[in-house]
Amino acid sequence: MSIDFDSLSVGDSIGETVVSVNRADLVRYAGASGDFNPIHWNERFATEVGLPGVIAHGMFTMGSAVQLVTDWVGDPGAVVDYQTRFTKPVVVEDVAGASPTDAAGTEISVSGKIGTRDDDARTVRVDLTVSAAGQKVLVKSQAVVRF
Amino acid sequence: MSISPDLAGRVYPAGDPYIVGREKIREFAAAVKATSAAHFDVEAAGALGYADVVAPPTFAVLIAQRADAQLIADPESGIDFSRVVHADQRFTHHRPIVAGDELVTELHVDTVRAMGGGAMITTRAEISTTGGRHVATTISSLLVRGEE
Repeated sequence: MSIDFDSLSVGDSIGETVVSVNRADLVRYAGASGDFNPIHWNERFATEVGLPGVIAHGMFTMGSAVQLVTDWVGDPGAVVDYQTRFTKPVVVEDVAGASPTDAAGTEISVSGKIGTRDDDARTVRVDLTVSAAGQKVLVKSQAVVRF
Repeated sequence: MSISPDLAGRVYPAGDPYIVGREKIREFAAAVKATSAAHFDVEAAGALGYADVVAPPTFAVLIAQRADAQLIADPESGIDFSRVVHADQRFTHHRPIVAGDELVTELHVDTVRAMGGGAMITTRAEISTTGGRHVATTISSLLVRGEE
């Protein structure tokens, strides 16, 4: 691990990234996770149940957002606790004219900063800000990293 | 049918073990766009001290959702799956999950809170190895929307 725990301070940024999600990504996540709820792949069903359209799995957003933290720390197993609340859906359009597999998709912006540092446990809590279309889609999204 | 507050405190015992496969970790990691070599490459995982490829931080949802399915399928629970919205999720890892793990899950219904015509149900999955070593605790809140 290349990061020096003692050099970390509350408020430090760990960086930012953008995760792009298109319909093909939702199909792949459905298959990998076993969550085949049609709101994540069928426009007709999604709108019938009152959604603005097909939406990403909350767990896709949660799972992809934490990549910023695992890349920063260099060890996926160092994330000892990770939680979030799901507030707004991430709508994923079927972009007209685009190749279904290469469509640009919806951009999910992820940034993180250190919220707390525990010197005894040698952990930091990284607070993530995760938004799409200008709205926060995850709230109280926090990953505890052990050094 | 409404959600019974009596569900709180219910425990669903562990069923058959979930065997964590190397290819499943690779497939799940790709699906959440994770790129760490430790998810894909046994040597890279070994360099970090793991016996095999290591699961992404949210992999345990696969195991927890199987446990939640027991509750949703229980006719006594009164939960209509089409009305369920995932409200929040937490993973606490006592140690990372790696390929080859054989995991069993005990599901606890911690709280049931009436909300409007529906209910907020919080469940806790305690995930351990078949040898009894505690691996992860996952907590999920499911909002079951009331009938309009």
